[in-house]
Amino acid sequence: MASTIRMRAVLSGDTTEVQALVQHPMDSGFVKDSHGELIPPHYIEVVAFEHAGKPVFTAYWGPAVSKDPYIKFSFKGAQKGDDLTVSWVDNKGATDSFVGKIQ
Amino acid sequence: MKQNAGAAPGRTRRAVVQAAIAGALAGAGLAAAAPATPALAAADAGKWPKDAFAQKTEADAIKALYGKTPEPSEKVSLDAPEIAENGAVVPISVSTTLANVTSIAILVAENPFPLAANYPIPPGTAPAVSNRLKMAKTSKVIALVASGDKVFSASKEVKVTVGGCGG
Repeated sequence: MASTIRMRAVLSGDTTEVQALVQHPMDSGFVKDSHGELIPPHYIEVVAFEHAGKPVFTAYWGPAVSKDPYIKFSFKGAQKGDDLTVSWVDNKGATDSFVGKIQ
Repeated sequence: MKQNAGAAPGRTRRAVVQAAIAGALAGAGLAAAAPATPALAAADAGKWPKDAFAQKTEADAIKALYGKTPEPSEKVSLDAPEIAENGAVVPISVSTTLANVTSIAILVAENPFPLAANYPIPPGTAPAVSNRLKMAKTSKVIALVASGDKVFSASKEVKVTVGGCGG
């Protein structure tokens, strides 16, 4: 089964640049559906990236982050072929995670 | 897809299965080789700055998040479009040349809840981040960078032709 997370981590010099996309509706709670009913808020609150057992990046998100969120950051101290773990949890307690290799 | 929406926080089936696998590995003496726990985000969920995200004005959100007044700084750079045709997806990047950065936050002043995103920056991670935000209407976008014991800011007016918060 496909993961909700797509991630690409590329090492260049001593810096690893990470780009990730998560499939998520990111409903803000302000949008109405076709029946005029408000769609309840449903959004990712925390995304955590971990390398070698250490957090390298954390995102705290509110409902203002776009649907199918994109994130880009970079960090130092990784080697080619290392594992990078991403996980997220949303306001309903749903969660997913993914382990990618640094290229 | 695999969102387990009905499961209790932190005890999804996924986490339980992974815990079981980790336990099995530990039993076989392979604990040291076991990968990092993927439930990291769930563990951090308690640190999500709930108060700051619930504030309805820019000033209150900054106060709830950092508890101090930011000073404008040229060392904070905020990259956002002049005109966003679609308020649902506005690409925004923040970076800084300041040292000892501990946190970056992005606010959209006119949104119902101005605080859009907050990124703690651990040592070794570059103080730069790109993401995509929703904007209800034309608004000032504010980037905040916490460095040392101060908070610095940069802001930019982004014109929105179609709002991204429905209505």
